[in-house]
Amino acid sequence: MSVEMQDIHLVYMMPEILVAVMAMALLLLSAWTHKGGAGVVHWLTVLTIVGVILVIHVGEGTGTTFGGQFVTDAMSRYMKVLMCLGMIIPVIMSRDYIRAHAMDGGEYHVVSMFAMLGGMILASSGGFVILYLGLELMSLSFYVLAAWRRDDVRSGEAGLKYFVLGSMASGLLLYGISMIYGATGGATGFKEVAALLATPGIHDNQLLVLGMVMVLAGMGFKVAAAPFHMWAPDVYQGAPTPVTAFMAVMPKVAAFAALFRLVADVFAPAHGQWVGVLQLFAILSMATGAFAGLVQTDLKRLLAYSSIGHVGYILIGLVSNSAAGMQGVMVYLTIYLFMTVGVFAIIISFDRQGLGENIRDYQGLAHKQPLVAFVLAMFMFSMAGIPPLAGFIGKLNIFMAAVKAGLVPLAVLGVLFSAVSAFYYLRVVKVMYFDPADRESRVTFSGGGFLVVTMSMVLILMWGILPGDLLTWTASSVQTWH
Amino acid sequence: MLSLVTFLPLVGALVIAIGVHRNPDRARYAALMVSLVTFVLSLLLLHGFDSDSHAFQFLEERPWLPAFGLHYRMGVDGISLPFVLLTTFLTPICILSSWESVQKHVKEYMIAFLALETFVVGVFCALDFIVFYILWEAMLIPMFLIIGVWGGPNRIYAAMKFFLYTLAGSVLMLIAVLALGIEGGTFSIPKLMEHPFSLSFQMWVFLGFFVSFSVKVPMWPVHTWLPDAHVEAPTAGSVILAGILLKMGAYGFLRFSIPMLPDASREFVPLIFGLSLMAIVYTALVALMQKDLKKLIAYSSVSHMGFVTMGLFTFNQQGVEGGILQMINHGIVAGALFLLVGVVYDRLHTREIVKFGGLVQRMPIYAFIFMVFTMASVGLPGTNGFVGEFLILLGAFLASKAVAVVAASGVVLGAAYMLWMYKRVVFGEIRNPEVSVLADVNRRELVAFAPLIALVLWIGFYPKPFLDIFHTSVQHLLEQAKVVKVGALALK
Repeated sequence: MSVEMQDIHLVYMMPEILVAVMAMALLLLSAWTHKGGAGVVHWLTVLTIVGVILVIHVGEGTGTTFGGQFVTDAMSRYMKVLMCLGMIIPVIMSRDYIRAHAMDGGEYHVVSMFAMLGGMILASSGGFVILYLGLELMSLSFYVLAAWRRDDVRSGEAGLKYFVLGSMASGLLLYGISMIYGATGGATGFKEVAALLATPGIHDNQLLVLGMVMVLAGMGFKVAAAPFHMWAPDVYQGAPTPVTAFMAVMPKVAAFAALFRLVADVFAPAHGQWVGVLQLFAILSMATGAFAGLVQTDLKRLLAYSSIGHVGYILIGLVSNSAAGMQGVMVYLTIYLFMTVGVFAIIISFDRQGLGENIRDYQGLAHKQPLVAFVLAMFMFSMAGIPPLAGFIGKLNIFMAAVKAGLVPLAVLGVLFSAVSAFYYLRVVKVMYFDPADRESRVTFSGGGFLVVTMSMVLILMWGILPGDLLTWTASSVQTWH
Repeated sequence: MLSLVTFLPLVGALVIAIGVHRNPDRARYAALMVSLVTFVLSLLLLHGFDSDSHAFQFLEERPWLPAFGLHYRMGVDGISLPFVLLTTFLTPICILSSWESVQKHVKEYMIAFLALETFVVGVFCALDFIVFYILWEAMLIPMFLIIGVWGGPNRIYAAMKFFLYTLAGSVLMLIAVLALGIEGGTFSIPKLMEHPFSLSFQMWVFLGFFVSFSVKVPMWPVHTWLPDAHVEAPTAGSVILAGILLKMGAYGFLRFSIPMLPDASREFVPLIFGLSLMAIVYTALVALMQKDLKKLIAYSSVSHMGFVTMGLFTFNQQGVEGGILQMINHGIVAGALFLLVGVVYDRLHTREIVKFGGLVQRMPIYAFIFMVFTMASVGLPGTNGFVGEFLILLGAFLASKAVAVVAASGVVLGAAYMLWMYKRVVFGEIRNPEVSVLADVNRRELVAFAPLIALVLWIGFYPKPFLDIFHTSVQHLLEQAKVVKVGALALK
């Protein structure tokens, strides 16, 4: 594999270049201005991300560069927009939190941008080397972010735990890549691996199958799919809440974009060899999300289990291996993004009074602030997949794809687990509506928090009834795939 | 027009949510007005309805998600129209009955109730399967809140149980709906009725529907959520629950299982009959032993709904029409009985039968109204209950003599527990000193009961206009059910 000069088209990676340059510029800026520049860094970050979204929107559509190692297509562009939103929304809503907990040295924003850069590279990877590169950049940034509150023991614990387990997963992934490398006689580019997998007889190669399964397992860790979910509850709970909100969405979108490419493209010829593993991940994730969530009292921990469950549903879409399933994945991720940031925006607003993490902090909220309680209840019903809210549309897409693909048992398990998990979402509603208020405090929103909650709520209500636009966007993003 | 009837309550709820501040009376009047206007509009539907045709009428169709072939389709035929009317008829009565008994969060209560009305009417009008499913599930949210916020002491348990039971049932229906839609190539309900499916496919889909509908009806043995929900729900919540929500399950059998899956439906007749008989006899015995008035009526509801499911699966004109009529009857009578319990509960704050006794001495009008509905529930000739039960038993007799005989014993048991309950509550000496100072029903309560009594007697003496609404549609339904769809497939 040799890279000719004329094969380098930087135009395909303009968004990444912009993020990298701005991140480094902001790092220098914050070093010069010390604390005084925190506000400037904040707004410049917001501006940069808006700019990146614009660049992605108007930029070059489809193409590869660096000898096929870097791919831009409709799918990755859509996912990158989601990643930008998944990064910038937590920043917007948690300005106060960052200030109150002395996290506003400017580096926080910079590291967040590096994490996102890693995710974007991951989504555009066209070979195993670049995939690993993107994944590590993203993961390392997140290890740091999780431990950002140095004064908080739990935050440090979260960072360390994430790091140790994450490194193991990276090792697993790397080991899998090396096996594929060996079995295919030295291929790392996705195109070459896919071509080799298409040759008859190669599927019996145990080394190759093991390699593929290990790669999938490594990616499974990044999206917190059971049985590689152990880190998620502790890290979600311990990390500073804005980081949790960031971590709950962005890395999952990135990892699913990469999985998308692996499943639908690279490993597709050997579908039968690994599909059982992904099905197992899906079932275990849904089960873990449903049953382990039942006993949680900490809202952030609860959301960790809920996210594990959501990953299970998204994996069903991936397993369906059809355009409908892929579209389902994207729709689900989009809706999941807005539900999640909406809930976290409310948690962060409660943090102003040192509350919000325990479910009991929401006791009797409906009697004090009916509107806030209503909004949070709608998010909960949406997560539970109750129509007419957007969460249902997400599940509908996934299950429709599954039934179409003949995966009825998987779909049946999916809906049953969703009924189980409804219990803990309902418990939050119960605490807010049915229990009496035990303290007088009222929650107030920062401007950013208010904006995020309102926007998410409007989208969740609107997409529950009129998801037409969302379906059109995602449909055009998967067109090139099947 | 249908959309107007369906969504007017929701619009009203929004207006109340935005426009009414902290004045409970304004919320009450606004909600009453909205529900009355909706009722009048639904009467216009009845006026414009051509009951000689089995076709869906007042059709509306607009593309919704064309990528999935989903359309916003609405329409009613003779089978769904009565339920639309029942809903719009009972809602104002419910609002009237919660005038004084609901004192906290009145505005939110009215919003929840109107939202509920929209979803339920929508369920009966929807002609697209996904639209139907969305409304069917959406209804859980307001009902959950109504039980949980305004219910009795054990309301949280009851609300959770209600929600999870029905949700667990409904999600399997989602899979069945998706399977049907994908196999049939459309989610349009009228088109799916024409589509032939293989027998094994029908069996699976039937089971998916069966789980959902049987929880909703509820059939024995998945009826256990109902007594809890009824006992804890506020009076109006119980009325809506008994009067309308239970009908959704039976409506599901009627609208989907029988015409779309006729072969599987016939295969499963023994199962349905068995469970129905269990419901009729066993829950009647359970009702006999209840100490709580609301629980007794709740169990009697299960028993009566057993008659309904039996009637629907007799596959003959008498049985099916009797089933539909009995659903309407039960909606009126059980609703009224819950209202009656609410009347004394508002005054005495107890529902235990032993705490009553001798009510007739203080509340003669109340005792009279109570008697009318007790007799209707028992099925005395001249009341609506008689017509419905008679038709069902006639249909059952044509289908299977043994089944009819066992079911008839349920009528006897029904008479036993209702009359015994009536005797203990209304007659006898006054044992509870609080009873001796009770006031009789007031004018507002009388207004709520009057139309119900009128309907009981009207259907009891002259049921023809009611039967006429759905007669043609039922004929058509039975024709659909008679066609062996599997055979049609084999010929292809």
